[in-house]
Amino acid sequence: MNPFSSGTRLRDMIRAIRACKTAAEERAVVRKECAAIRAAINENDQDYRHRNLAKLMFIHMLGYPTHFGQMECLKLIASAGFPEKRIGYLGLMLLLDERQEVLMLVTNSLKQDLNHSNQYIVGLALCALGNICSAEMARDLAPEVERLLQFRDPNIRKKAALCSIRIVKKVPDLAENFINPAATLLREKHHGVLITGIQLCTDLCKVSPEALEYFRKKCTEGLVRTLKDVVNSPYAPEYDIAGITDPFLHIRLLKILRILGQGDADASDTMNDILAQVATKTESNKNAGNAILYECVETIMSIEDNGGLRVLAINILGRFLSNRDNNIRYVALNMLMKAITVDAQAVQRHRATILECVKDSDASIRKRALELVYLLVNESNVRPLTKDLIEYLEAGNFVKDEVWHALIVVISNASDLHGYTVRALYRAFQTSAEQETLVRVAVWCIGEYGDMLVNNVGVLDIEDPIKTVTESNAVDVVEIAIKRHASDLTTKAMALIALVKLSSRFPSCSERIKDIIMHYKGSLVLELQQRSLEFNSIIEKHQNIRSTLVERMPVLDEATFSGRRAGSLPATVSTSNGASLNLPNGVAKHSAAPLVDLLDLSDDAPAPGSSGSDFLHDLLGVDLAPASTQPGISQAPKSGTDVLLDLLSIGTTNPVQSNSSALDILSPGQDNQKPIAALDVLSSPLASAQANSSVGASSMIDLLDGFAPSPLKHEDNGQVYPSIVAFESSNLRITFNFSKPPGNAQTTLIQATFKNLSSNAFTDFVFQAAVPKFLQLHLDPASRNTLPASDNGSVTQSLRVTNSQHGKKALVMRIRIAYKLNNKDMLEEGQINNFPQDL
Amino acid sequence: MHDSHARFHSPFSFRNFNLTSLLGRRNREKRKKVQCPRFTESARNSQFLFYYRSFDLSIRMIRFILLQNRQGKTRLAKYYVPLEDSEKHKVEYEVHRLVVNRDPKFTNFVEFRTHKVIYRRYAGLFFSLCVDITDNELAYLECIHLFVEILDHFFSNVCELDLVFNFHKVYLILDEFILAGELQETSKKAIIERMGELEKLE
Repeated sequence: MNPFSSGTRLRDMIRAIRACKTAAEERAVVRKECAAIRAAINENDQDYRHRNLAKLMFIHMLGYPTHFGQMECLKLIASAGFPEKRIGYLGLMLLLDERQEVLMLVTNSLKQDLNHSNQYIVGLALCALGNICSAEMARDLAPEVERLLQFRDPNIRKKAALCSIRIVKKVPDLAENFINPAATLLREKHHGVLITGIQLCTDLCKVSPEALEYFRKKCTEGLVRTLKDVVNSPYAPEYDIAGITDPFLHIRLLKILRILGQGDADASDTMNDILAQVATKTESNKNAGNAILYECVETIMSIEDNGGLRVLAINILGRFLSNRDNNIRYVALNMLMKAITVDAQAVQRHRATILECVKDSDASIRKRALELVYLLVNESNVRPLTKDLIEYLEAGNFVKDEVWHALIVVISNASDLHGYTVRALYRAFQTSAEQETLVRVAVWCIGEYGDMLVNNVGVLDIEDPIKTVTESNAVDVVEIAIKRHASDLTTKAMALIALVKLSSRFPSCSERIKDIIMHYKGSLVLELQQRSLEFNSIIEKHQNIRSTLVERMPVLDEATFSGRRAGSLPATVSTSNGASLNLPNGVAKHSAAPLVDLLDLSDDAPAPGSSGSDFLHDLLGVDLAPASTQPGISQAPKSGTDVLLDLLSIGTTNPVQSNSSALDILSPGQDNQKPIAALDVLSSPLASAQANSSVGASSMIDLLDGFAPSPLKHEDNGQVYPSIVAFESSNLRITFNFSKPPGNAQTTLIQATFKNLSSNAFTDFVFQAAVPKFLQLHLDPASRNTLPASDNGSVTQSLRVTNSQHGKKALVMRIRIAYKLNNKDMLEEGQINNFPQDL
Repeated sequence: MHDSHARFHSPFSFRNFNLTSLLGRRNREKRKKVQCPRFTESARNSQFLFYYRSFDLSIRMIRFILLQNRQGKTRLAKYYVPLEDSEKHKVEYEVHRLVVNRDPKFTNFVEFRTHKVIYRRYAGLFFSLCVDITDNELAYLECIHLFVEILDHFFSNVCELDLVFNFHKVYLILDEFILAGELQETSKKAIIERMGELEKLE
């Protein structure tokens, strides 16, 4: 019975699924169907087996698991009728793939079907084999497939040819068996067989040098003749596409000629004429014609040199490039990348057009064009090209941190250019204040070299004269940077540093600067608030040391920087190697790294250079993120000067550290409660370090004495939480003790202690816990799984809970305890709501 | 999301499913212009080293064929490389995301991980082929069109519903057209005749 035309249960099921209004309804229908199908499988139902499998395939297509139907495929394949086998093989291809063990079981059925008297069944088996053949199957079934290459029906021959491709791809050793029968296929008239035969020969050439040699010697002329016949063939309605007879066959022929001609002058010579004919005669107003031209150009570029043909090919690409169809422009860019190794001069002629493509709205074209432009760069055009590319970049907005860090290092080292740099940046800021990285570098330079800006120090001959900049103008820049909404934390923090430096250099603006700095004393961003308060303290109370404190940064060590950067290079290279795989074939371009680095507009910050930026983090202290997440972690106490330097750096790690040590010193003078409070406020659980606070930092005491801890409400680390009785029943009591790991307020460590209140021992004791989504729970194994009778808490278990809503939601937990009491299974459940607040 | 049942009854929306009638109008169709986000392509790049080791880069073939509607429902999925089911679902989701919002004026080629998806839209259906990055895109574009013509011929005025209810026949047609990731037959007539013979055996 045909499962699809009568009975229509498959149809009914599809209708039922389509009628579902919600995903839940759909799941319900599918679940019901799956249950019915499973039942039928269990009953070993014969009549509806293929209908059931068909349904299962539909369910599979919807994305539901259907692995339980795999064996049904094998049973159907083993059955006698064509309809059953058809569905069986279809299921095999959809539900299984070559990696499944089950597939081993099907080899025998396949072998039988490949030898079947019904050619349609042979066709089914070949099709399945072609799509899922594994290496073992390839070895087992290669002789059958090889024999079928000479089968009387062309439908079988072409399928066998494609099957052979799969087989030689899986087991290249088998290639030599297929060389002769494949060569026979090249003489076929039937297009299907011919095209698959050519494809088989192409793949044989790829896996076997002998095959390549054989086909090159024996078949090149024949293939050229075939191409000639196809090109000149009269109108054939069966194969006609846009006035061209079988463009697919054209393309396959051009492809194999390319492989035969590559590296062999004689073979290349044989095909010159026909390639010229294809290149000149093919209509280029339809996609089919362009596809052939595209393939032809690639072949011309790949085979041995013939100057005339290459000119022809480049001209075709030039035409493609000015085509209005984006697809055609895309392939032109693609092919020009290959052409550049052959004839760079000819490609350079199209530079203007290619640069236009860089601005295309389609990302696919942009990317190709960018890669091509990168290849086009040479000594003579590097200046204009860089200019164009930088324009394209909307410079400044996509610069990675390493780049501007490096720029600062370079500026710092060029001492005779400091004046020029700060003026140039000042000018650039006036026009492009929206470019974050430019702003940062400008702010840094004005902070360091602001006096050179105002006094016009070190004017270069080539420099445009700048109209006088007053101290107030310079402060304006920093003020704009810090007040701009779009500025991020790093920029604002850098601006604060610049301001404190300028307050010493520009006494006339000191009051104004103080106002700006004090504006941030109430900032919600802790980092800015802290800086604001500290710097204000420096300005107000420590005039005597201020100028020393805010001296210029020492020259940043370029050698160390580049050394570190070189150290990080392997990572860069590994990404770029990958990227060059991505390029169209043949173009040797291992140096793709700079392109990837410079023009990668995505924001996926890659691994390369991480060590470099770490270094810069040390050097400039500009990286805020890590510092703010683990403020409690401090390094070994440094000498006094270090602390001072640290204080002046742009980062946060070190100021926090110096503060904490300063406060440690403060603490002994206060009553017993205060030290803890002060520590809490500054989130530095350095309780143990309290005693050994470094003497070198003592000068910091008065530096920070005006620093009131009260406005800084922060994470309360180190607090002691009361234990709770989490659970109590007639048999069992569970107590929780809490602690917090230093520096991580969100995480709570819980020590659960279990007490057996009964008079018998518990065995197979298992404690389970569940938490809502905003919590993360990690459960260590219990110290033992037996609780002795009237035990006093010798069994413990550690839990680690991370509260993503720390401060907003309290902990909550459901627990389940299973154990055996007198060999009887006991199960107790409960919910814990009495956690201390603020966990 | 299913295409709603109402489309069975409404002549207008039903006509929208008719691939033939829309063959000629495909490009004139007014659609909201959606800018392709800049990062899609390069963001993929960073992942591609990790994915698809199983895809042998040196061998050119079709890796998979997908037929999806605008809502992302898969109507046909044929993989010529072995992938886990979960990976297949991910691929289907990602390919749909890539093609569904592209401007019709853009190229029909999108880079996808280490490969390239050649897609073409017919009415509400996207036909996507994943091929090697260096393969002939234009030829595959033509290939998709030929497949659609074969479907159109076989179902006489094919619409999405034909493909849903006769999905197994669509697979059968595809198996006569493409095998092991390679083109098997280029004659529409030959495939239709062959399908006629196979139908007789049912």
